[in-house]
Order: sequence, then C-alpha cells, then structure tokens
Amino acid sequence: MSVELTGAEITIRCLQEEGVQCIFGYPGGAVLFIYDELFKQDKVRHILVRHEQAALHAADGYARSSNKVGVALVTSGPGLTNAVTGIATAYMDSIPLVIISGQVPTNAIGLDAFQEVDTVGITRPCVKHNFLVKDIKDLAETIKKAFYIASTGRPGPVLVDIPKDITQQKTQFIYPDKVVMRSYNPVVKGHARQIKKAAELILSAKRPMIYAGGGVILSDAAGQLTELTQMLGFPCTTTLMGLGGYPATDRQSLGMLGMHGTYEANMAMQYCDVLVAVGARFDDRVIGNPKHFYNENRKIIHIDIDPSSISKRVKVDVPIVGDVLDVLEDLIKVLKTEKEKIDQNALKEWWNQIELWRERDCLKFDRDSKIIKPQMVIERLFHITKGDAFITSDVGQHQMWAAQFYKFDKPRRWINSGGLGTMGFGMPAAMGVQLANPKGKVACITGEASIQMCIQELSTCKQYKLPLKIVNLNNRYMGMVRQWQEFFHGNRYAESYMDALPDFVKLAESYGHVGLKIEKPEDVDDALKEAFKLKDRLVFMDFVTDQTENVFPMVPGGKGLSEMILV
Amino acid sequence: MENEAGALSRVAGLFSARGYNIESLSVAPTEDPTLSRMTLVTIGSDEVVEQVTKQLNKLIEVVKVIDLNDGNHIERELMLVKVRAIDSDREEIMRLTEIFRGLIIDVTDKSYTIELTGTSEKLDAFLDAIKRSAVLETVRTGASGIGRGEWILKV
Repeated sequence: MSVELTGAEITIRCLQEEGVQCIFGYPGGAVLFIYDELFKQDKVRHILVRHEQAALHAADGYARSSNKVGVALVTSGPGLTNAVTGIATAYMDSIPLVIISGQVPTNAIGLDAFQEVDTVGITRPCVKHNFLVKDIKDLAETIKKAFYIASTGRPGPVLVDIPKDITQQKTQFIYPDKVVMRSYNPVVKGHARQIKKAAELILSAKRPMIYAGGGVILSDAAGQLTELTQMLGFPCTTTLMGLGGYPATDRQSLGMLGMHGTYEANMAMQYCDVLVAVGARFDDRVIGNPKHFYNENRKIIHIDIDPSSISKRVKVDVPIVGDVLDVLEDLIKVLKTEKEKIDQNALKEWWNQIELWRERDCLKFDRDSKIIKPQMVIERLFHITKGDAFITSDVGQHQMWAAQFYKFDKPRRWINSGGLGTMGFGMPAAMGVQLANPKGKVACITGEASIQMCIQELSTCKQYKLPLKIVNLNNRYMGMVRQWQEFFHGNRYAESYMDALPDFVKLAESYGHVGLKIEKPEDVDDALKEAFKLKDRLVFMDFVTDQTENVFPMVPGGKGLSEMILV
Repeated sequence: MENEAGALSRVAGLFSARGYNIESLSVAPTEDPTLSRMTLVTIGSDEVVEQVTKQLNKLIEVVKVIDLNDGNHIERELMLVKVRAIDSDREEIMRLTEIFRGLIIDVTDKSYTIELTGTSEKLDAFLDAIKRSAVLETVRTGASGIGRGEWILKV
C-alpha cells in the first residue's frame, strides 16, 4: 500500500511524470494548494506572468518552438476568463497545451460562489477537449488523458478544471503508462491506395504546385516535405503557418501565398493543374474566394490529419487522412518505385512561366527612402541574425512584413497567431520561446498598437532575465486597420490613430531594460547589431517607420487569388 | 457517445457554433450504461451533412457516427397530444386515434390525451386530421432511428 497523496501533490507529480520542466501561471484562491506543492519541489519551474493571457501565449510559444506540450496554470473565475484569448489562439493554430484551472470547491459549484465561472462551458468551443475533475480518484488519469489528447492527432489545447476540495483530498497516486479511449483513435498512417493514386497524379502533372501549411510544422515533417519537393523539382509555397516548412531561401520556394502572399505563389496556385496540399486547410486568407478558385481546373491531393479539414471549403480529388510525416514518407517511397516519369519539358515550361511572375518583384519597396521603411528593418534583421533567430510577431502589417521578408529556412522559428489573429501574442510568446531555447536568439516583431496589449510582460522578462529583442515598427497607426480604411473606407481613419503613445525607451528603462529609439534608415543596422550584442539584456527597439506604407500584394476580401492589388 | 455529463452540450454547442440545424434530437442511455445513443435529425446539402458527420466524429466523447440515410432504416417518434374532446368530437377523435393506431391514455370529460408513435410525417398527418383548434398541447420526442435488417451500429 503506497502513501496517499493530496490532489495538489498528484497534480504536480503528474506534470513531473510527463517531463514538464516549465509552466506558466498566476496564483489565486482556487489553486493555492497546487502552488503550495509547486513551492515544495524543484523539478517543475514556474514562470509567474503578469496577466493570465500571457501565461497561455508563453506556454504556446514554448510549445511551438520546442514541440513539447505547453502547460499553463490559472485560478478560477477571472484567472480562467483572462486565459480564454490564449486558449482560443492555441486552438485555432492547433497547438498542444494543457491548461490546469482551479475551480471553486465541488459543493460550491453552481451557487455563484466567489470567483466561480462555468469553466468547462466557457472554454468548450475553443479547446480540443476539457474535463471537470469531480472525483480525486480520476485526477491522475484525467491529466494523463489531457496530455495524450493535446499532443496526438490534430493537436490542440486541453483543459483540466480542478475544484479546490479535490486538491486537498487524498488518494493513492498511480500514473497510468498509457490511456486507451474507445472514442479517440487518431489516424496516423495514410491509406495505401490513396497514396498510390496521389503518386500517379503527381507524376502526370504538367503544372504542379505544392502548398504546405502548419501541419508540416506540427508533425515535424519539414525534412520530408523538402525531400519530396526537391526530388520532384516542383515549386512550393507555404502558408503563414507553414513558413519554415520548406527553406524560404531555396529557388523552389515561391514564398508565402494568400491575401498577402507573393504574386508568383498566388498565380501558380491559381493556374497549376495538380495541387498537392500538405497540412493546410484552404482557409479564407489563403485562397480568397473559392468560386474564383474553381474558375481554373486542377486536380487536388489533400493530405491532412483532420478529416474535417478535407473538402471543407474546397472539394478535393485525392484526400489522404493521416499524419503528414507518415504520409509524406510513404508517398516518397511510392514515387521512387513508380515507372512513370515527370514530363520534364512541361515542368520546364511551367518554371519559365513562374520565373516571369517572379520577375514582377512583388515585394519591392523604396530602398532610398529618407523615412524608415518597415520592410527594410525586417530585411536587415534577417541579415544580422543570419536568418537563424526565432521570430515571434503580433498581428497586423508588421506580421505580414515579417512573414514576407524574414526568410525562414527552418521549422519552428516563426511563431505567430495565424488563425485567431491575437494582438498581444508576440512578447509573451517570445518569453516561452526563450525559455524553451535558452541559447536561441529571440526577436519579437511588433507594432506600437499590439505591443501595448501585453506590455506588462516586460516585468516578467526582467524577473526571469529573458533577453528578448523587441522590434517595434512604430507607425503611430493600427497599420492594417489603417490600410483597410484607406482601401475600402474612403480614407476615413476611424479610431486607428494611436494617440498618446508612451515613450517606449523610458518605458523599457523603467522596467529595467534597454530602450533604443531609431528614426533614420542609416541607424537601423547599428541598433540591431547593438541589441544582439547585449546578449543578456532585453532591448526594446522603437523604430519610427513610414506611416503611409501598405502591405502588398493584397488579395482584397472576397476576391480571387489572381486579383491582387500590386505595388 | 460516452454517457457522460457534458457530452450532449458538446453536440448541441457544435451545431450552434457551426450554424448547422438541429431538427430534432433524442438521446438516452443504451443497454451498456456507459454509452448513450443519440438520434439527430438535421437538414443540409450532402457537403454540409458530410461536414456535420466529420465534426461530430471529432468530438472526443463521440464514439461513432453513422448516417442512417446511407442504408435502409426505420424511424419512429413518440407524441403525446392533449385535445379538447366534447360532444360529438369525442367519437370522431376516438375513431381517428384508432385509425392512426394511437392510444387514449388519459381522459377527462373535456379532453383526451393521446399517445401516438410513428414516423414524424405520420404524427404530422394525425395533427392535420384532427381539427387544429382542438389541439391543446403536444409533446414530441423527436425521431429515433435504427438500421433495417441485420445492419447494426457496433462500437
């Protein structure tokens, strides 16, 4: 008979068993027993954030950059509601997280107790699954299930709500080696016949195109995607979530596609005859208007782990449900045995066409400007970090420029809120990235609007000595809102001007960091170099950039991929 | 699906969140008390029904989803209807109830309560057959469905 442990002890023991090294959280009444147990051990490190939203983003950045499950711990009521934005962010981008939330004691549930909310109800639509633990005997198995569900299949956040009395009660601690759930059996291997069909279709292509999304990153299949693309000699585009899945500096990369994708990627997407979609979901920001997409005939192969992503917005010809990594490995094997060969003449002609599109130089901008161009800052950041930094971003114009101008050659280096588009994501996510990669160079590309949504985390960065480099592209506007107002709302800039901005240099300094203000293009390089030289300091670089700059190309909402506004 | 608290709300939440219709929904535990069986009637194009099926399958507590329209199946719904029954109507309503193979299960001097089982269309037809103005109250369970012949839903 082993010793009985309290629910709080069991919770921490489960995290230890899962090999969790770092969690992000904020204490409060309902989780005090859990915090007490955290205090008594040193295997699991706790990072105290300044707002629960940041705990979730940090756990998220930790997970995205390391392929581990991110863990957050929040209290009941407002602790949980503050965390919801972060949970929804992770859900939209399929990021594996386990969230442990405190709940009022079992006998108080439903009585409008202090700091009570229906956590399971509030989070239901934005988690992969959630649990309310009603019996201490279920606690360990529930946490095991949470880690299992979060990290398998299409990953996602899983929440475990633990009432305070459960954390006090005692039971024997048995951590199961594995869990079997009759209602949850994610597919891994793709169907052999479908893979064979896909191989035949690929070899028959005259104008092929590979379109890779976040699934490639999530399943760690960048190597396989690269092998496949180079073996076939096909062009490859990645979505915002797929950046780094194929080396962006390679000639076969057409860059990002979609609303702010490159001219060549969008045109090739529209006019290809065989499209291989890998871990991508044809969302509205990627293919624009599906009706316009149908104007051209093409055969589509779609590899995805989530059957509900297949034929959701666009009907496909060869669906393959399975883990991208497994399916690509099988597909490569099958392709190597096929006798049929690719029509090299047709492929060459297709590349000639693509090169003509590429010559359009859709990402050009004024390099002689006397005002700092935001694109230039990112281009310089890319050069100075030799393309080897972890880049997080917030949401807006700076995010698109980061995606366009920082050439990601490796996966898990580009960390952004693609699906939900959460402003305030960048800095807390960067904290998680830095903690998962203590030696890595981590930069957060942001804007003066986004950064203020979680600015309080400068304090967390100080406490844990996180030497982030914050690249603030300060154009005094919510730039993307301003751009839409310019294009679609008759230049009426309703509430998009950022008035009464703080002095970011002084602000950074007041938190104990280094602040730099850069106003001239010729000072950009020096500032970036200086920032990275200060290896153990957070440096907040406030770049005063061109207010009128817009993101191009742009596929306006409701338009087709080939209907881009070009610079 | 797993017979667990909250499973039903996940299904209902999915339908409202994704804008699918629920025409009717009937659910109860099965002979295996850890499982519940739900019959859900929805209306949508083939594409929508395919998405509904896939999305339901994604719910962790859903063990298995079948589209009964993929094969021959039987549907039944139970209705309890309270009607005003006075004077000559009493005879007429009793006759109609017999024709529709219903049962009068509660009687007062002014009303009958009738139990009727059948397809949803048959229940509608019964309500059309008696005077609408006579209907005081109805309660329906929504359809329950099962495959014909030896076709069974096995988990």
